[in-house]
Amino acid sequence: MPWRETRKQMGGWPSCFGLRGEETEQVWRKRGRDSDTKPPKKPSKSRRKRIQFAENEEDDEALKMSTTGTLKPSSSELDLDRPNIEDYLPSGSSIQQEPDGKLRLRDLLDISPTLTEAAGAIVDDSFTRCFKSNSPEPWNWNIYLFPLWCFGVVFRYFILFPLRVIVLTLGWIIFLSSYIPVHFLLKGHEKLRRKLERLLVELICSFFVASWTGVVKYHGPRPSMRPNQVFVANHTSMIDFIILEQMTAFSVIMQKHAGWVGLLQSTILESVGCIWFNRTESKDREIVARKLREHVQGADNPLLIFPEGTCVNNHYTVMFKKGAFELGCSVCPIAIKYNKIFVDAFWNSRKQSFTKHLLQLMTSWAVVCDVWYLEPQNLKPGETPIEFAERVRDIISARAGLKKVPWDGYLKHSRPSPKHRERKQQSFADSVLRRLEEK
Amino acid sequence: MGSASSMLTQYDIEEVQEHCNNLFSQQEIVSLYQRFCQLDRNSKGFISADEFLSVPEFAMNPLSQRLLKMADGLNFKDFVAFLSAFSTKASLQQKIELIFKVYDTDGNGKVSFNDILQVLRDLSGSFMSDEQREKVLIQVLGEAGYTRESCLMLDDFIKVFGSSGVNMEVEVPVD
Repeated sequence: MPWRETRKQMGGWPSCFGLRGEETEQVWRKRGRDSDTKPPKKPSKSRRKRIQFAENEEDDEALKMSTTGTLKPSSSELDLDRPNIEDYLPSGSSIQQEPDGKLRLRDLLDISPTLTEAAGAIVDDSFTRCFKSNSPEPWNWNIYLFPLWCFGVVFRYFILFPLRVIVLTLGWIIFLSSYIPVHFLLKGHEKLRRKLERLLVELICSFFVASWTGVVKYHGPRPSMRPNQVFVANHTSMIDFIILEQMTAFSVIMQKHAGWVGLLQSTILESVGCIWFNRTESKDREIVARKLREHVQGADNPLLIFPEGTCVNNHYTVMFKKGAFELGCSVCPIAIKYNKIFVDAFWNSRKQSFTKHLLQLMTSWAVVCDVWYLEPQNLKPGETPIEFAERVRDIISARAGLKKVPWDGYLKHSRPSPKHRERKQQSFADSVLRRLEEK
Repeated sequence: MGSASSMLTQYDIEEVQEHCNNLFSQQEIVSLYQRFCQLDRNSKGFISADEFLSVPEFAMNPLSQRLLKMADGLNFKDFVAFLSAFSTKASLQQKIELIFKVYDTDGNGKVSFNDILQVLRDLSGSFMSDEQREKVLIQVLGEAGYTRESCLMLDDFIKVFGSSGVNMEVEVPVD
């Protein structure tokens, strides 16, 4: 087994995969409440200041993970990126920086640490940075580049775009004319029908990819069709799914969308077997968990899950939801990295609809990306699902050169739960009461 | 400087710089403007409370509501002036003034026992009872020479904080 032999860096990747260089951005760090280091008068010279920690809705496990320190990185490179969660336990008041000493009026009145945190969040925060799309930098700023750029626009919109539309239409015609007969005529022969339908789904995905002139480089062994495995990948846009589906007919778990996307989802994706969920319903979670488990044990095509739960701008990864990691099967990570020189494939769902996003892709030069299929991971003895999820996130982030942020992607749509604030309040209250006792 | 343009001219930058008493450099003002435009999603010229709260780090802060009252609806110039107390160049006096403003919600220049109690309530939440908070406050006020009925003014705050300084600085990321 080639995997097992070269268990060196990066949690046992074969060294042939190589390592992506670290990006130059610094990860913000916040000073922890070490009692032996005085808080600096001037801020440190490094530009970035902090990462705030907000756990998953699955609360205490995440905190336990940090305080017991059982997450051991398998190489020094991973150390740099992992936020030291001990640092971010709430240090909401100056009282904590002088753990001994009587409580004085000044200590109570001094709300400067809390205010500084708030102002720091207003000035810059790691969560908003995850969803910032590249502002298209105009390179047509002078007299000889401008005509070139104009020519490029004409070429893209009036030559490439119609060609691509033709290719896509052709693809749809071929697909539908094969899919519909197969679907209805082979009703009796389930296995054959399913096999053909899956091939056809792979085909239409290839046509999609061709319609954006997709240049996709796949690294690593192709996914094998066997039970008891689940694939996870980082999420940048809905086209992630199409790019992966082109190679393997994964079954997928998705949010049901409206419009033509929803129509596609309910007709064609049924053939590869899909699970629908509704983000806003909390009861939904148990139903979905059950369906996931059933699929993993029963079906013959593996499930593809995007544990981030939302699209991120391909420079960062947000926290992974643990749902995919507690199914009792092996998890195969996939890392996807887009080359932004050609087009920014990040789908900023707050800014544009999916149709506009697709049109933007179809009028760009190309969609270039790398896909790495990484070594399957299993739950280690004594590891919780959240630790497992973080470990896999480390692997994917390191491979694709992404920064990790300790935020839950769903915060895009909702406010943080009050328990984060309560934790800070509790820490403050405990400190005040404790110091009151000291005479 | 209306809401439409996303480019600042040199005049605009100088105007803002003057308004914040030169506490931010021109580069920092440009960065702050980019951040302002990022938070102000529909370019209305100010950041609404909802948009502030969409920053999870801010929403988790116990004093967020108080700051929101002060920062909600500010245009860019006033936004920079508001943040200027957090600049590395701001004086101790300016920082203490901001802290005082946070306590003095009705803006009458006096911070009463109840005002301090309110802030304490925000900071400690349900983890201290009202009696405990009052008891602590009366005790430390007494030791500093004040009573429950005293109203603290800005000068009192300055005296209490003394010369040890207040560590309240935020670095503006400059690209």
